[in-house]
Amino acid sequence: MTTETVNSVAASERPVMRGGLSGILYGDTGGKIFLGVLLAVGILVPALNLLTEPGSALHVPTYTVTLLGKYLCFALLAMSVDLVWGFCGILSLGHGAFFALGGYAMGMYLMRQIGTRGVYGDPVLPDFMVFLNWESLPWYWYGFDIFWFAMLMVLLAPGMLGFVFGWLAFRSRVTGVYLSIISQAMTYALMLAFFRNEMGFGGNNGLTDFKDILGYDLQADGTRLALFMASVIALGVAYVLCRFIVGSKLGRVVTAVRDAEPRVRSIGYRVDRYKVWVWTVSAMLAGVAGALYVPQVGIINPSEFSPLNSIEVVVWVAVGGRGTLFGAAGGGVLVNYAQTVFTGVWPEGWTFALGALFVVVTVFLPRGIVGLIRRRKDKKEAGS
Amino acid sequence: MSMLEQTRETMRRDRVFDWMMPSADFSQRLDTSHGPILYVEDVTVSFDGFRALDELTLYVDDGELRCIIGPNGAGKTTMMDVITGRTRPEQGRVWFGQRIDLLRLDETEIASGGIGRKFQKPTVFQNHSVLENLELAMAADKRVWPTLLARLSGEQRGRIEEALETIGLTAEAYQAAGQLSHGQKQWLEIGMLLMQNPRLLLVDEPVAGMTHQEMDRTAELLTGLAGKHSVVVVEHDMEFVRSIARQVTVLHQGSVLAEGTMDQVQNDPKVVEVYLGE
Repeated sequence: MTTETVNSVAASERPVMRGGLSGILYGDTGGKIFLGVLLAVGILVPALNLLTEPGSALHVPTYTVTLLGKYLCFALLAMSVDLVWGFCGILSLGHGAFFALGGYAMGMYLMRQIGTRGVYGDPVLPDFMVFLNWESLPWYWYGFDIFWFAMLMVLLAPGMLGFVFGWLAFRSRVTGVYLSIISQAMTYALMLAFFRNEMGFGGNNGLTDFKDILGYDLQADGTRLALFMASVIALGVAYVLCRFIVGSKLGRVVTAVRDAEPRVRSIGYRVDRYKVWVWTVSAMLAGVAGALYVPQVGIINPSEFSPLNSIEVVVWVAVGGRGTLFGAAGGGVLVNYAQTVFTGVWPEGWTFALGALFVVVTVFLPRGIVGLIRRRKDKKEAGS
Repeated sequence: MSMLEQTRETMRRDRVFDWMMPSADFSQRLDTSHGPILYVEDVTVSFDGFRALDELTLYVDDGELRCIIGPNGAGKTTMMDVITGRTRPEQGRVWFGQRIDLLRLDETEIASGGIGRKFQKPTVFQNHSVLENLELAMAADKRVWPTLLARLSGEQRGRIEEALETIGLTAEAYQAAGQLSHGQKQWLEIGMLLMQNPRLLLVDEPVAGMTHQEMDRTAELLTGLAGKHSVVVVEHDMEFVRSIARQVTVLHQGSVLAEGTMDQVQNDPKVVEVYLGE
């Protein structure tokens, strides 16, 4: 409560005419630190990878670079969830669907890049289609051999799904736990659909065996570094974009919707349209995260749609700190790092640990780690 | 509706044929040349057989400050709901000026078109500052994209400052609304109404739970608003109504029981009976 108050005051004292990056980040200390850390990581990790010898204590192996890149994609996904949950009060349990759709769009591009190097050597059809005795490419695969078109689809496919879902749900004033449930149902339905071979997305094997992206070998260290850098940049840009949205008048309308929806309607805003807008933007961000994730892990399959994934994202956001954006991103990195460590030590225990983490955070840290830090700081300031 | 009734309805001399009606939106200039700004005629609303409003007819003049009193269940809040488009009546007509048919508009259109409403329970945005509350309520382009890119112009800032002064919250402008006292929240709500530039203000129980000083301040505020705006106040507190009212309407069981100055109304035997019983 108090931390939010402090935020809000800072926002309204914002100089009206201040534009550009400094205006967007005005009074956002946490965000500046976050972007600073991101910048440092974006410079240090590639430097340590390239400039030090393998075997030296400072060397960052390419495997670690890719792992970090993966965390950054999760961070972006967490941020997109925070945008709708933390600021608009819509608890999405289906954002994994948008992530996966973005991933599939990227995967389709990568599939088409394989060309004749597949097992069956068909210049047009991906291996799984040849295996299924398909004669020609389904219409919805057209254009995915063109990079810009595929990238457009990375935004549009999740964006369209988000728009249609949001339009139907918010216009009918579906809110709260009901919305969470139908978002979960949406991702579950998509998972079942994508499991089917007839869908033309590779069935339960999904899309894999990628060779190269834009002509660069996906296994090469340079490509992996570039993908990592792209993830860093995407996360940074997404943060600034989200901060801009949240700091705009639209952001204030949206937080007002979170706090007192009927009142916002009564002063003349079309609440459903605002929700659809934010929801769609968030879906697109999740799609971008998925698109960066796929080339780094080398596979996309329907299990990405699994409801459990989407629930995990909510845990990341809760752990990091809901309604802070950078906290959510940090939570995404932290929990996934913990998962990597934990599964190395005791693989079966992870889901229990995750569940316990969620309970602990909900009970003891309702504002997440960021909330804890802010409370400490407030106390210190009040004490001195 | 039988043929005869239909013909009668068509031949009514006080109304224009339906197909000759102008479109009902607020692009029409508000026409109050005949006096009243609000026409509520023969309005009936029932909930599960209970008649909350029973052929209610009521006119409010432009620039008037009107108080509406009545015992619980008299239909005061339902009447507000009908005017603001929250509840649709089964029959009756509600016009804003002579050209705008409120029954053909939805809640958002009415809210943005010049009728502001303050609810019983103050609902301000707790986490937003006082200034932000006023900014959000301000009459402006409320579509999504323009709102994303909106910046406060000098003129808009001026209007916000003016409203802050009217409601006496200039010093609290940057405070979160959640930290305000109960009375201050009520005033902030009235300020939010003012930001919508309404011609007609509907104010539901503005002094409930206020201290005496706050009540006096509120009375001053509301009487100051009349003239520039038309104000309809629903209130239980007789003391307060006496201090502001020129024209009082008493509702009872969904229709008007008496109308006049406070003294006339208070001496009306029907009113005395309803209020004191037996």
